[in-house]
Amino acid sequence: MLVKELIQALDLEVIAGIEGEDREITGVYISDLLSWVMANLQAGNVWITIQTHVNVVAVALLGEASCMIIPEGAEIDENTIEKANQEKIPLLRSKLTAYQLALKIKEASNLK
Amino acid sequence: MNNIQLSYNIERRDFSRAGEASSNIKKALRQLGVNSATIRRVAVATYEAEMNIIIHSEGGTIGVTVDVDKIRIDAKDTGPGIENIEMAMKEGYSTATSEVRELGFGAGMGLPNMKRCADEFSIESSKGNPTKVSIIIYQ
Repeated sequence: MLVKELIQALDLEVIAGIEGEDREITGVYISDLLSWVMANLQAGNVWITIQTHVNVVAVALLGEASCMIIPEGAEIDENTIEKANQEKIPLLRSKLTAYQLALKIKEASNLK
Repeated sequence: MNNIQLSYNIERRDFSRAGEASSNIKKALRQLGVNSATIRRVAVATYEAEMNIIIHSEGGTIGVTVDVDKIRIDAKDTGPGIENIEMAMKEGYSTATSEVRELGFGAGMGLPNMKRCADEFSIESSKGNPTKVSIIIYQ
């Protein structure tokens, strides 16, 4: 599944980095502890996190996330948006919780 | 082939640029054609080193030396040093402030993550002195 297909299937709000919409999704990772994410996020994972400060973009890039989803409609820092645009990594948002997002992603894709 | 050296200055508490040095190191290694599994290990180790310098130190540098068979990472700061290295190496142990933890840092995974990525790992530090971490990753 591609990021753009996920955006459509889950009706995600595109905040930044739309140029990266053709990335392939390999799975889902949910955590807000950045070191934990660095150690365990797999390349191509959708990363769901409530952290919205600018450093999440660096973590997503280093961990090679396919995209980031901010759950529960959380506010996102302006410089995070700028950085995601600059690095062309999709920064998406949803009103759903991380758990609901995970369930929906499973429904919409064939990811395990 | 001569080795290639990269060096980055890291400012204390500069959260707005956090991850920039490790991102640049990653880009440079990719341009050099280093394999992606090795790049991944270097990326995690340099990111954690960078965050440690930003969060805990008075500032420092990260140096990366790329050789044909290995990559060496040297992270150095100007203090204030680690009082108890044994505790600092334990997963989940952190001296980070609650403010820093709210941002998702200070999980107590920095040094353990660095060690996990390393084939050779050494750390020198004591209270009131600089900290020096050296990592070798064979490719």
